[in-house]
Amino acid sequence: MWPGWFLRLPACGLDGRRLAPVTRWRGPETGAGTQEDGLRQVLEEMKALYEQNQSDVNEAKSGGRSDLIPTIKFRHCSLLRNQRCTVAYLYDRLLRIRALRWECGSVLPSALRFHMSAEEMEWFNHYKKSLATYMRSLGGDEGLDITQDMKPPKSLYIEVRCLKDYGEFEVDDGTSVLLKKNSQHFLPRWKCEQLIRQGILEHVLS
Amino acid sequence: MSEAYFRVESGALGPEENFLSLDDILMSHEKLPVRTEIPMPRLGTFFLDRSGGAETDNAIPQGSKLELPLWLAKGLFDNKRRILSVELPKIYQEGWRTVFSADANVVDLHKMGPHFYGFGSQLLHFDSPENTDISRSLLQTFVGRFRRIMDSSQNAYNEDTSALVARLDEMERGLFQTGQKGLNDFQCWEKGQASQITASNLVQNYTKRKFTDMED
Repeated sequence: MWPGWFLRLPACGLDGRRLAPVTRWRGPETGAGTQEDGLRQVLEEMKALYEQNQSDVNEAKSGGRSDLIPTIKFRHCSLLRNQRCTVAYLYDRLLRIRALRWECGSVLPSALRFHMSAEEMEWFNHYKKSLATYMRSLGGDEGLDITQDMKPPKSLYIEVRCLKDYGEFEVDDGTSVLLKKNSQHFLPRWKCEQLIRQGILEHVLS
Repeated sequence: MSEAYFRVESGALGPEENFLSLDDILMSHEKLPVRTEIPMPRLGTFFLDRSGGAETDNAIPQGSKLELPLWLAKGLFDNKRRILSVELPKIYQEGWRTVFSADANVVDLHKMGPHFYGFGSQLLHFDSPENTDISRSLLQTFVGRFRRIMDSSQNAYNEDTSALVARLDEMERGLFQTGQKGLNDFQCWEKGQASQITASNLVQNYTKRKFTDMED
């Protein structure tokens, strides 16, 4: 399932298509349309360029057509360009996916997962695991969750207002609160942080 | 997303672009005028109005004047100029350099190719005899404009800044944004909001729009 990330790569069209402008780059989080086509086209074009060059190289060597060399160079530059654009695009996606771990936590909303490829999901899982291993190695036996307390905490408990209906929410000592839209609660900071980041609760400053 | 996402920075102001930088890829897509020094067979299809036709093996003739993107010009250029020679775009030539030295602030650098500094820096690869003058001009232009950028970015709080950034090139806009971020972070701290946990930008953007338009 290919990611929905909008991109047009500048490529040297074999059918005389003009060099297409690179347009805005966006991540899977924007839910833009499918991108498989774009990438597939680039790879097809690269294959065609490569094959033309193979054939011209042979002709240059055995047929004495050394005048083909600038042409071969031209196609080679196009191949390198397509490669660069593709790699940079995929790398940028990974940077965004990595950021997701820090912004959304270790479980991604399914809507986002829909826009990621299987390989990207696998990469995400590896990254999660590396991060978890690292966090466990900190702070003695218990480890330290460094994805918490991204802003310096001022108190153990905070006032929160519920922005959306969420339902029952269990607090540490077994009791639970009902998170209904507009209700306000006084809750432990560490329990709320995720929900605030997800936009379900709002941190109210007194 | 903005907090945890760190994009690959541009290297264009230095000796080489960064391979993975999207900004550099966009910058190197801009075109410059070149002249072919040798016929290039079989490429006539890309430039139909120049093609020598079938007898020349569909070549782009020697001496053709074309506009090629920077990435291609860089790739085909060598110091012996065997395949092509490069002409400086007007804004890096003497005429415009004089304008910049008179008053750098009046120029709309966004219109002059939005990557004025980056593209200009990479132009130095083509060994023009004017290289020293070009680099001096780039630097002086920036020095002339920087004060205004810094002042406006540090003083425009919670306002529409489109007029302030309209005539800035991409690099300057990046600076402006950094200035704004510093200002906003400071104001947030002053208001005692620095410890307030906020919703992630990523999530907010995602819930606000389900599908974005495919832009062309």
